[in-house]
Amino acid sequence: MKSDIILAGVGGQGILSIAATIGMAAIENNLNLKQAEVHGMSQRGGAVQSHLRISDKEIASDLIPLGKADLIISVEPMESLRYVSYLSEEGWLVTNITPFINIPDYPETGELMNEIETFLHHIAINADEIARSVKSPRSSNMVMLGAASPFLDIPYDSLESGIKKIFGRKGEKIVQLNIEALKAGREFALEHKQATSPQKTPG
Amino acid sequence: MQKLLLLGDEALAQGAIDAGMSGIYAYPGTPSTEIMEYVQRSKVAAERNIHRQWSANEKTATEAALGMSYAGKRSMAAMKHVGLNVAADVFMNSAVTGVNGGMIVAVADDPSMHSSQNEQDSRYYGRFAMIPILEPSNQQEAYDMAYEGFELSEKYGLPVLIRITTRLSHSRSGVTTSPLKDQNKISYPADPIQFVLLPSNAKKRYQTLLVKQKANRDASAESKFNIYYDGDDKSLGIIACGIAYNYLMENFPEGKCPHPILKIGHYPMPFEKVKRFYESCEKILVLEEGYPMVEELLRGYLNKENKVSGRLNGVIPRSGELNPNIVATGLGKANGESFQIPDIVANRPPQLCAGCSHKDIYDALNETMKEFGEDQRVFSDIGCYTLGALPPFNSIHTCVDMGASITMAKGAADAGVRPSVAVIGDSTFTHSGMTALLDCVYENTPITVIISDNSTTAMTGGQTSEASGKLEEICTGLGVKPEHVRLLTPLPKYHDEMVKVLAEEMNYDGVSVVIPRRECIQTLSRSKKKQKMKEVTT
Ligand SMILES: Cc1ncc(C[n+]2csc(CCOP(=O)(O)OP(=O)(O)O)c2C)c(N)n1
Repeated sequence: MKSDIILAGVGGQGILSIAATIGMAAIENNLNLKQAEVHGMSQRGGAVQSHLRISDKEIASDLIPLGKADLIISVEPMESLRYVSYLSEEGWLVTNITPFINIPDYPETGELMNEIETFLHHIAINADEIARSVKSPRSSNMVMLGAASPFLDIPYDSLESGIKKIFGRKGEKIVQLNIEALKAGREFALEHKQATSPQKTPG
Repeated sequence: MQKLLLLGDEALAQGAIDAGMSGIYAYPGTPSTEIMEYVQRSKVAAERNIHRQWSANEKTATEAALGMSYAGKRSMAAMKHVGLNVAADVFMNSAVTGVNGGMIVAVADDPSMHSSQNEQDSRYYGRFAMIPILEPSNQQEAYDMAYEGFELSEKYGLPVLIRITTRLSHSRSGVTTSPLKDQNKISYPADPIQFVLLPSNAKKRYQTLLVKQKANRDASAESKFNIYYDGDDKSLGIIACGIAYNYLMENFPEGKCPHPILKIGHYPMPFEKVKRFYESCEKILVLEEGYPMVEELLRGYLNKENKVSGRLNGVIPRSGELNPNIVATGLGKANGESFQIPDIVANRPPQLCAGCSHKDIYDALNETMKEFGEDQRVFSDIGCYTLGALPPFNSIHTCVDMGASITMAKGAADAGVRPSVAVIGDSTFTHSGMTALLDCVYENTPITVIISDNSTTAMTGGQTSEASGKLEEICTGLGVKPEHVRLLTPLPKYHDEMVKVLAEEMNYDGVSVVIPRRECIQTLSRSKKKQKMKEVTT
């Protein structure tokens, strides 16, 4: 098995806690892992991404080749599109639809959604709203991870135990809130994936 | 033996701790910062009382590491590539003095300039100094090279350079550790003048360094980090340095490359191995991060045989980091189709945070400069405040090397520019702005230096800043007149006052320092959070 995942967002949105949770889950399943993060300059409100590779075989490159990612998980809609050149033909684009607007030329929401919808394998989810609805407004990250979970080659339970390990220090309540968010995201994705339709072809 | 999930930087740090390192000295800089930060967080480092404080700059860091080595203990200096420019004097000369306790200089290069002014290749420095260079291809090797690097250093009496690049620095993977070793005891170099580089002794020491070159080559010939993998198809042989090896193997998912590969992780390159490899293959492709150093060596100046490919003949792009796709193209393999990035995706460059104090000082500076006429230029430096060069501020016009703002403004003032203004951060000021200010004081140069003091080293993640709370004393101590050291609070409500003070000092015909001081909002919110956690738990 292998999952090659691009995590995307804006510096400060906390994509690394998604990566850390998946990482914990991968270790629990004795899988190999490589995770390239972006530190430094772009963390100041710029575009950031992380390449996360999980496999039961040895992993060579820390970076995913173009056209080979199984999954893009983005906590911001425009950022999800920045990395589509990495997505494989069968891959899934899973994105939050709440925009983070800190530049003057941010595209129109309608145009953005049209572009996202050209990818038949996509899940567009209002993670911020869902996080609020489960009374965990700061866990939109975990909503996104939940929404991506059906496409990950890792047992769902391992993600929950990953959350326990990562957030355990902060107390049982925080752990529970994050797990609720994870569940809610997963439910949404399971309802909305129409996996049968063929993906558009790259090129 | 333990299995840990570590960044390349962290693996290096853990390897050094386990090898019995007694102290690490560093100045922050992406992508090297996590080496020191890992040691600072390490429980074992605390238990063993390993020195782990930041230094004022890379030169002071490397000198302190050399001092610890002089005393017989194992030490490390860590920095980003341009930091080695700052430390170059001690670095070059430490090869001539040699070391006593093992010493590693760990340098992280940033090809593609993700967070840097250039993409210089530190391997050239290693060659320049004529010392062993280790270049890991993965996290495990980063660990092993630090773990074994001290022994190498002690065996040959030379500092060892470990060169790592951004992707490995900041990529996480599993690492198996080795047994924890004891620290060295204090012991002095047997020869009391070993470190006295007076010409008479320097000449001897330099001869010693030259004689050691053979041993360096022998060590690399035997090194487990230089590996030959045979392949049937000798129409092409591939030399892969450091992390380039991973990108190469990514192109052979079954783990078997049909061509012979020489994987290089220990320089100087193993001469006989390289020679045999070169002769046994029809063509050679060199894959290396950074500059075409190995490629150039193999081609020779005249490139008579014309059998080496790489960055110099365009098979690999001349600049920028490698990746699996670039390597695929270099191998003549097709990269599959990939989805087009839609045109509506706009650039999202980094920017100053909402509520950042640098913003308020730039607003005031812009208004003040307007008073002096059209097209005013401001000299600046490196840090978060460099983002003031971009819209909407467009306030500053230079960013060259740390500390250069003050000295460049001095040169411009000497050329007749009025007002001549420098903007520098607090950490950059103590890194290398203080001597620049002393030059100005010495000549009473008409210059206004704005030290935008957010009381931290923000750009690299909020490390302590050595001058915190002491900037005024440092400036007056250097000889700036106390009445021309002006403190401001950069907040929109004090805008008019800031403009007034700036204008006054710019009209003063001598050295003045303006210090707008307000804590970085990132560190502020972090310390507030910590405070809250404490209140909840106690
Ligand atoms: C020689 C050298 N060392 C380190 C760096 C990395 N670096 C760039 S900016 C910076 C910190 C600047 O801190 P400060 O001057 O306080 O400004 P702030 O980011 O806090 O605004 C560092 C360490 C560098 N570019 N060059």
